Amino acid sequence: MGSKGVKAFSMIVTFCIMFVFWVLLSAWVSYHETPGHFNLLHVCEGIIAALIVTVISHELLIPEKGEKVLVKSLRLIPYLGWELWQIVLANFDVAYRILHPKMPIDPRIIEFETTLRSDFALTTLANSITLTPGTITILVEPEKGKFLVHALAKKPADALLVDKTMQKKVAHVYMEE
Amino acid sequence: MIETFLVIGIIIVFTMLLCLYRAALGPGVYNRIAATSIIGTKAVVLLIAIGYIFERPMFVDIALLYAMLNFVGTLLMAKYLVRGEVCTA
Amino acid sequence: MHSIDLIATVLMAFGAFFMFTGALGLLRLPDFYTRLHATGKCDTLGEVLLIVGCMVYQGWSFLTIKLFFLMLFIFIANPVATHAIMKAAYVTGVKPWKKGEERR
Repeated sequence: MGSKGVKAFSMIVTFCIMFVFWVLLSAWVSYHETPGHFNLLHVCEGIIAALIVTVISHELLIPEKGEKVLVKSLRLIPYLGWELWQIVLANFDVAYRILHPKMPIDPRIIEFETTLRSDFALTTLANSITLTPGTITILVEPEKGKFLVHALAKKPADALLVDKTMQKKVAHVYMEE
Repeated sequence: MIETFLVIGIIIVFTMLLCLYRAALGPGVYNRIAATSIIGTKAVVLLIAIGYIFERPMFVDIALLYAMLNFVGTLLMAKYLVRGEVCTA
Repeated sequence: MHSIDLIATVLMAFGAFFMFTGALGLLRLPDFYTRLHATGKCDTLGEVLLIVGCMVYQGWSFLTIKLFFLMLFIFIANPVATHAIMKAAYVTGVKPWKKGEERR
């Protein structure tokens, strides 16, 4: 197909999606007090706004390189569900540690390596580590996959170092075992 | 139902006052940056609650815009503290 | 409808409780790194729960889609800002706190 064909295709698809969203959220009749405007001025503003967004970032929806994007996107949704449940459960643990009169915390800095190499996988893992309570990412090295993490107590630090559940799940989603 | 939003708004304003103590006192510059960022994210939720109290649905757009401004401001402060300049010109 | 109002009120009450705990953690914890733990996590989850409560209260309309996009943006942007500030502090040389030292 050639790289120019893929680039034009991705720009057209992104422009159409952005324009449809703009019409739905700004110009449609949605409330009784504010009727919709469909004259030339507002439609021109919508076209200019959609054009600016398309020129800057048309590579995000249909990427140029990278294989099997659809399978990876479909595997992401059950992972998000599991992660939301873990976040809610473990936030109660941090709230308990803050509200206790003696404050049982024991902070430390740990370091470990993973087998993930691509941009998306490293970003997903770093965001998941920062969101589940007990750990925050400090440094990421993209060449060797090394993470430097600050942990709040012994129990969340062990869940990352010894069990390695989160790394296995992210590697399963992005197929980089 | 409007009384529920009024109570929630008062609780959020009270927590903002608690954060202001750390913004004024915290030793060094990093504590102050963190406290300001937190007050910014609480202001986003306060805007939504006020939109429900006054029954004007336009406040959600302003909240979306302020969330983006707060995020960019925090990243800019972090970049300035590491390098000493924002853009290499 | 009375039951939807009740579910929305319960969700919003949990959201406000988590935000209050985050602000309390800012005051009580002894060091900069631990304070970022309290605010960057409890605060984000409290906001997400509050916005989900508002979405449940509203029903199916265009305002729900705008609130959903706001929730998605906050969910992704807050951890990135927390990580950026923590990396700036670590590279510049702020020392972490071990158990048994005094407050800073």
